[in-house]
Amino acid sequence: MYDIIKHRRLYYILSTLIVVPGVLIMLYSMLTIGSPFRLAIDFTGGSLWELRFSEPVAPGDMVNFFHDQGIADANVHTIGDENTLVIRTKEITPDQKAELMSAMDKQFGHPEELQFRAVGPTVGKEVTRTALIAVFMASLVILGFIIYAFRQVKHPVRYGIAAIIAMIHDVLVAAAFFSLMGMIAGWEVDTLFLTALLTVIGFSVQDTIVVFDRIRENSRRRKGESFEVIANRSLLETVQRSVATQINAMFVMIALLLFGGVTIRQFIATMFVGMLSGTYSSIFIATPLLVSWQNGEGIFGKFGKNKKNQPGKIVTA
Amino acid sequence: MQSRNNLTLFILIILVALATYIALPIEHFDLFKSIFAPGQEGELAMTLRQGLDLQGGTQIQLEPDLPTGEKATEEQLNLARAIIERRVNGLGVNESLVQTGKDRIIVALPGVKNSDAAIDTLRGTGQLEFVDLGDNPLRLGAGAKINTTNGTVEDAVTEQVFKTVMTGDKLKNVDVRRDQSTQEPYIAFELTKEGSEIFGKYSGENVGKILAIVMDHVILSAPRINSQIRDAGIITGKFTLDEAQNLAIQMKYGALPVPLKVVDVRTVGPSLGEDSVRRSLLAGTIGVIVVLLFMLAFYRLPGFLADLALLSFVAFNVSLYKLIPVVLTLPGIAGFLLTTGTAVDANILIFERMREELRAGRSLSSAIEAGFSRAWTSILDSNLSTILTGLILLYFGSNFGASVVQGFAITLIIGVLVSMFTAVFATRTFMRFVIYTFGDTLKDKLSWFSV
Repeated sequence: MYDIIKHRRLYYILSTLIVVPGVLIMLYSMLTIGSPFRLAIDFTGGSLWELRFSEPVAPGDMVNFFHDQGIADANVHTIGDENTLVIRTKEITPDQKAELMSAMDKQFGHPEELQFRAVGPTVGKEVTRTALIAVFMASLVILGFIIYAFRQVKHPVRYGIAAIIAMIHDVLVAAAFFSLMGMIAGWEVDTLFLTALLTVIGFSVQDTIVVFDRIRENSRRRKGESFEVIANRSLLETVQRSVATQINAMFVMIALLLFGGVTIRQFIATMFVGMLSGTYSSIFIATPLLVSWQNGEGIFGKFGKNKKNQPGKIVTA
Repeated sequence: MQSRNNLTLFILIILVALATYIALPIEHFDLFKSIFAPGQEGELAMTLRQGLDLQGGTQIQLEPDLPTGEKATEEQLNLARAIIERRVNGLGVNESLVQTGKDRIIVALPGVKNSDAAIDTLRGTGQLEFVDLGDNPLRLGAGAKINTTNGTVEDAVTEQVFKTVMTGDKLKNVDVRRDQSTQEPYIAFELTKEGSEIFGKYSGENVGKILAIVMDHVILSAPRINSQIRDAGIITGKFTLDEAQNLAIQMKYGALPVPLKVVDVRTVGPSLGEDSVRRSLLAGTIGVIVVLLFMLAFYRLPGFLADLALLSFVAFNVSLYKLIPVVLTLPGIAGFLLTTGTAVDANILIFERMREELRAGRSLSSAIEAGFSRAWTSILDSNLSTILTGLILLYFGSNFGASVVQGFAITLIIGVLVSMFTAVFATRTFMRFVIYTFGDTLKDKLSWFSV
């Protein structure tokens, strides 16, 4: 039987290597621009520009135009008819506006300017705060639920905590990915990002519980084996299912990334990373944590009372 | 057992056919609509409602209606924005967008083609005032239009201009309560600190006089001041419960700090971009088809049955969105996709179990039953946790105005529930049917089960 659990220190190190730099990036961002991510117009507000062209202009083309001009996130849609566009961006200075206008003239023909003004944010700080509180409450409920559902196993609290740690891990990985892309490619956080995080949370917990459920069942059925062996066995038994589910999810997301619209790309990419992490964390983080806890390794040494349960030891009467 | 399963299969097929019919993007006939979607009226009944990010809608711009030279403060504008948002949501148009600009408020309503009704409600967003009627010799009462120092109106009952003592933004809280002894409903209100000062002084000097509560220059109620009111007061007046509640709602939500007027109405395209939405839907469909093929290739016969179950899953979800109705936005679609993954996962769990049982030497029919019962605890626990998460997100999303969270939570909860239903009823029923009917021939063809 292949031993996955044996290499758990490797997995912990790998995760640390991914998560810690991610957190550092977010901290750095926090210090330099005041928030862990770059914020999109949804959060900051900016300028609203309404232009009428002599011919239809596709919003996607305009978005690319702004991108080429150095403005990463322009929100463009038609209004009234296909020749008229409403463009939302961050604050544009009068100089920038003049530059943009002349470049726009060359590419799309001279437009009639119908409106240009400042607009406020659509997602206030309260919404973000609310979403965060909601997630926190949800985590508590998940913890409680797992403790209840696994009450017949020894130390159900550990399962709950391990699942939550895996979930936080996945959120941090997705957030770190986005923060990194923010620095490299200028990605900005909008309401879709919140949605992506929520999706990752839902998926992560669900995936972890499936693995734990198998551990629970095997604990019952194979009383002779040590916990480490049970955990390992459970992982091997569920790995095929985990991979199949992950592949299926990826099919949809890859299709969306390749063929889908430009505006949801960041959203899908973040979900992709988060879900991958979700599957990874259920197998390589949550379960090994249970084993480490059981064995009283590392920081669990202070809390774990079961130092007697070392793998491989036979206790004679 | 076989006959009971056949009955279940029959019922299932009817349900799926019904769901598919509802889900299809065609016009359903009216009788059908009134049976299955009784609450919905008009042209939107039993359609797939989409949010602003997906379909666009109507954009309405409002400006403060103040005498020339006067401007609204940013604070007033923000407060007005919040109140209008609640009003618009009260209209039943979900997933709307309300935003402030410099000196105006922009309201975007998804998919509203007939914007007149919406505009009327928004146009009626007037101002709440407490107006001094003195002894009220004209006996002006509810329904009368009057001029106030805050603004005049065209068809006022009298030329006289009445003094506005206080505007509605000084209201802190409005509640409907019942008198302990008479059981009569009355309205209890609380004032802000500023309001208490103004009102305390005024009411102290004017006991016995009539004070009109005026909305949009129309008197809602004209009670007598019985005693000095400082920070909290009550309004009594032979209300029915309905009347009291309506008045309370108007006082709560109508309390705009500045009157607003509609300056612009236009149609907008979807905020995600027309082409983007179209391409994403197409891409999503491609993705789902690949999943169906994969299940077929990897799990063979059970995979085929799972595909049928998945298609039923989609039909049920979409028809539920149309019946409830649920307004679909991109976060909502994300929730739906996640639950589609869950539905696929449930099937995979069952099949992996089945494989194990078959490899261990069990007979086909007992392997299937064992597969289901063993997989069920996994499915139940993981789905329950997701539902709990969804409920909490829903609670927070709807109570604190985070519609992103709300849209996601709704499709998540619906999808997970439906996925449990299809796993138990669709997949299991299909499998049982196949085994009972073709069990003998399949006994030797275990490869069809990808063992």
